Amino acid sequence: MSLSKEQLETLARIVDATRDDEIDCDTCLRDLGQYAEVTLAGRALDEALGRVRAHLAFCPECEEEFALLEALMDESGD
Amino acid sequence: MEDRSNEAWQEALRGEGAERDRALEDLRRVIERRLPGALRRHGDVPSALVADVAQLTLVRVLERLRDFEGRSRFTTWVLAIAAREAMTELRRARWKDVSLDALLDEGGRAPIESADAGAAPSSIPAPEAATLKRQVLAQLARAMEQDLTERQRTVLQAELAGMPQEEIGRRLGISRNAIYKTAHDARRKLRAALTEAGVAGDDIAQAFA
Repeated sequence: MSLSKEQLETLARIVDATRDDEIDCDTCLRDLGQYAEVTLAGRALDEALGRVRAHLAFCPECEEEFALLEALMDESGD
Repeated sequence: MEDRSNEAWQEALRGEGAERDRALEDLRRVIERRLPGALRRHGDVPSALVADVAQLTLVRVLERLRDFEGRSRFTTWVLAIAAREAMTELRRARWKDVSLDALLDEGGRAPIESADAGAAPSSIPAPEAATLKRQVLAQLARAMEQDLTERQRTVLQAELAGMPQEEIGRRLGISRNAIYKTAHDARRKLRAALTEAGVAGDDIAQAFA
């Protein structure tokens, strides 16, 4: 088991930002479509969507998928 | 096709026969038309991958139909599932030759116990900040060793090495969601250990400002 100094520093930052009420990836996926539509429309986030935003800050995979969802919504489906 | 109401999509997909088949084909068309352009930034995307992702998405949509609560357009919800399936396939291809053991055994890293937390900062902080940083990292390294389970350490270390959660999960035989929960529990334990050791959240923010 070994961690570089940079990894330990990264870990310190994410530990500091850890919240008890974080949602998991499946809950994020369930609400991601609504989050995308609300942010695209520039509307305010309610509490549940605020947790989606917090999850995206923590989870690189869901953040990457959100970016792809935005791109998919931009594409014409015609 | 895309102008069906949310209720009409759900009704069609819950049913059987020609109406359900038409709804699935309409969704497949939406995904297959949008995916190549949306994935452009990820390089050349084989048409077989687009077809596979569309098929996997339709399977997931039917599995998760009860999860849809109507708080977005139905097609937006489907596209979110397509985004997950597409990235999962791309990550699988990207990480297919990397073993977890090799990743964790990668050389050139200081063991946790001897990590020289205060050495060679990129900009020289005030002595107090450097001391604080050293204290935070030393406590963190100690808590990693003493307070976490072996699995929690493995998951955190693999994440810090850049391996996606679903790839860690694939190698450990558990789901991506279980990996996230394992990592979350580990982070909470570490935070509690730091608090117990007298390191407050403000200290961490100050040390790494």
